[in-house]
Amino acid sequence: MSKYTEDDLREELKTKEYEYGFFTDIESDTFPNGLNEEVVIAISKKKEEPEWMTAWRLEAFKVWKEMEEPDWANVNYEKPDFQAISYYSAPNNKPKYDSIDEVDPELLATFEKLGISLDEQKKLAGVAMDVVVDSVSVATTFKKTLGEKGIIFMSISEAIKEHPELVRKHLGTVVPQKDNFYAALNSAVFSDGSFCYIPKGVRCPMELSTYFRINQAGTGQFERTLVVADEGSYVSYLEGCTAPSRDENQLHAAVVELIAMDDAEIKYSTVQNWFPGNAEGKGGVFNFVTKRGLCEKNAKISWTQVETGSAVTWKYPSCVLKGDNSIGEFYSIAVTNNYQQADTGTKMIHLGKNTKSTIISKGISAGKSQNSYRGLVQINSRAENARNFSQCDSLLMGNECGAHTFPYIEAKNKSAMIEHEATTSKIGEDQIFYCNQRGIDTEKAIALIVNGFSKEVLNKLPMEFAVEAQKLLEISLEGSVG
Amino acid sequence: MELKEKLVSSFMAFEDTVDVNSTIHDIRTEAIKTFEAEGFPSKRLEDWKYTSLNSVLKHDYSVFPKSENDIEFKDIKPYFSHDIDAYKIIFIDGKYASHLSQTTHDGLDVCLMSAALTKPKYKVIIDNYFNKIASKNGISSLNTAFSYEGAYINIPKNKVVDKPIQIIHFSTGNEAAVMLQPRNLIIVNENAHVQIIERHQSLTDNPVLTNSVTEIFANKRAIVDYYKIQNDRQNASLIDSTFINQKQESLAKVHTFALGGKLVRNNLEFYQNGERIDSTMKGITIIGDKQHVDHNTLVHHIEPNCESHQDYKGIFDDKATGVFNGKVVVEKLAQKTNAFQANNNILLSDKASINTKPQLEIFADDVKCSHGCTIGQLDESAMFYLRSRGIPEKEAKALLMFAFSNTVLDSVKIPELKDRITKIIAEKLGVSIGFDL
Repeated sequence: MSKYTEDDLREELKTKEYEYGFFTDIESDTFPNGLNEEVVIAISKKKEEPEWMTAWRLEAFKVWKEMEEPDWANVNYEKPDFQAISYYSAPNNKPKYDSIDEVDPELLATFEKLGISLDEQKKLAGVAMDVVVDSVSVATTFKKTLGEKGIIFMSISEAIKEHPELVRKHLGTVVPQKDNFYAALNSAVFSDGSFCYIPKGVRCPMELSTYFRINQAGTGQFERTLVVADEGSYVSYLEGCTAPSRDENQLHAAVVELIAMDDAEIKYSTVQNWFPGNAEGKGGVFNFVTKRGLCEKNAKISWTQVETGSAVTWKYPSCVLKGDNSIGEFYSIAVTNNYQQADTGTKMIHLGKNTKSTIISKGISAGKSQNSYRGLVQINSRAENARNFSQCDSLLMGNECGAHTFPYIEAKNKSAMIEHEATTSKIGEDQIFYCNQRGIDTEKAIALIVNGFSKEVLNKLPMEFAVEAQKLLEISLEGSVG
Repeated sequence: MELKEKLVSSFMAFEDTVDVNSTIHDIRTEAIKTFEAEGFPSKRLEDWKYTSLNSVLKHDYSVFPKSENDIEFKDIKPYFSHDIDAYKIIFIDGKYASHLSQTTHDGLDVCLMSAALTKPKYKVIIDNYFNKIASKNGISSLNTAFSYEGAYINIPKNKVVDKPIQIIHFSTGNEAAVMLQPRNLIIVNENAHVQIIERHQSLTDNPVLTNSVTEIFANKRAIVDYYKIQNDRQNASLIDSTFINQKQESLAKVHTFALGGKLVRNNLEFYQNGERIDSTMKGITIIGDKQHVDHNTLVHHIEPNCESHQDYKGIFDDKATGVFNGKVVVEKLAQKTNAFQANNNILLSDKASINTKPQLEIFADDVKCSHGCTIGQLDESAMFYLRSRGIPEKEAKALLMFAFSNTVLDSVKIPELKDRITKIIAEKLGVSIGFDL
């Protein structure tokens, strides 16, 4: 065992197949490929949406047609053909279940393979799950408990019907339809997603959690999430993804909007494990996501993400610190292996006085992957006493991968305090030697070092998620995490 | 007429006036084509995201300044580091001023680019070195197309140059607006050692745009120490591009003191073609008013066991804007690279702004690369400490700013130059502090 070296680890990583690569055959209600105004209207109709929603989608579609796909990110991929994608796919039998027994047993088996048995979750974890399989929510638990507190947690299509005033007021306020190419596309065709509203002064008693999955061949998943935390409230929201193995590239263009009103706090955690493509770089999910949060006075938004999957990731969870004394945080671990490419980071826009932001980004690259951090810290001229601390560390395994850092820092106020640090390193021979000397074999030593490297971020995850994040790190860098 | 069209159309006239061999002719023609296609850089280019040339390009620059000038030593004396015994290459409105210069061919070549480009005995050198590492982008190509005058320095093997070399470009302002395009070529051979000071200075407030390109070749174990002093008048703008090619075990250091001028853009690129190379670039930027200084650096680590160090300090007052864009590329082969980059900035006014982008692109795994960047203010407790000891506010501020920039000043190897820069900075800060740093 003591002979285990980084080379062995790399060998293992290369041959490691995607564990969750299976495909559930549920009869799907799928639209033919292609996108035009009729498809947008049809999606809207299918979801029995009110007129304003249809108009909103069409407006987004109009803007999208005029836009060009961005190519500034440090990633190379074959651009998806937007006319070759089916824009709607929903599981066929979709009555609302009162108990778990009524759920399609095939689905339940799928979840079991993923290690998220619903009933177990219900009993043990205290997590309410809005499970999304191919765009339409099929099971919602703990709705009652949440209902008593006045918390609204449901799929966004239900919310459009049941709470149109709330959705209409907030949808698109943080990420407007014309924000960027993929946000516009999402606004036009989003199939489902989650909506969450925490009333004034309420502290959400449990971690809200959603699992997104891509299941239907050739179906793009366009999720829309809207979380509104009213004054003085608190919510911790979890989002996790695993996707079955497929050969053609799948597109995932989600939009997440967070609104933290005065004194509210939102903690948003993501574990992302979309199918990364096989060892030759074939297949895999394109993950082009727009995530942004708006902080009013004394509010706080904290993004935590563990990115292990996707062939191409293009994702910048951002905070607009509009209110005075608001706080934005970003903690990220991005692991890339084989031919994966990740261009991820954050934007912290300081507008209010005494605003604070913290950025901790850890990138681990192995195989032939490319891992980039791209971030923006912007201090506007009226943001007195703004404070930012950024730290970007990269760990390289092998000499065929790359680590890149593109931090943009723009300060327009003299009272700003900004610090940025970045380091790049590999697992040092001296570190391994030190461990070996104390009777820790090389495999354990690498595990220890990688764990230590990502600890600052893992610590920020909620308990239940931290365990899963560890599991995902294990799959991505098997042999290195103990 | 737009400046671009004017330049392109005057290229023919320029070609007629210079008598050069065919290789250079081809390089120039190629370069003007590139410039014609690309034009001046716009903000749409990632590298020029924060710097707009619009305000600079609007003047009607004269491309071929009149040749007559009656500048005497007393007019330009204040701009010399006169207490340094040095070789001098002086240009006035782009023309060589022999009565003010002190060149040499005795054991080393300190002379003119125009001579090197035209005389047959330099042909081999020009073929081997000229335009070999300069960027082929629009703005550098423009310089290449009009390359004719500038400094040509060739230090032979094992020669330690006895005194520094000063290259100074003056513009007299006897025309309403003038554009200058000096081109320098510096070759430092094996084990040779040289110190060079470069300065651009206008004598009146008429607008000047200088687009300068310098190519430096540091061969095996050569040591090059290069100082750029940029303390020009309010209407003078400078685009300075310096390209340095290093061979094994060589050491190249570039210090840039950006203390004045309307718009200053420094492109500084190091290419490490050999092992155990050390590249150092340091800079102090102290500006106010509406001045704009942009440092754009690139270190390309190509081979193993090399080091690079970057240390840039900036102090910005009034409506000044500063840009730092530092890029470090570590190729797959360049294992055991140590690359450090630091950029520290102080904003003194609410209207001043700073944009910084320290960028790392790393393809090798066994490297140590770090960058740090800070933006902040002067430490209030330090201010209090000084003021409680009877030091007036202005002086206390200046003291702290000197301390802030000391890591850069400290590594200036020519004592007289260090004194002089200290004085310029003190003048900038409006204090008279007589102490050694």
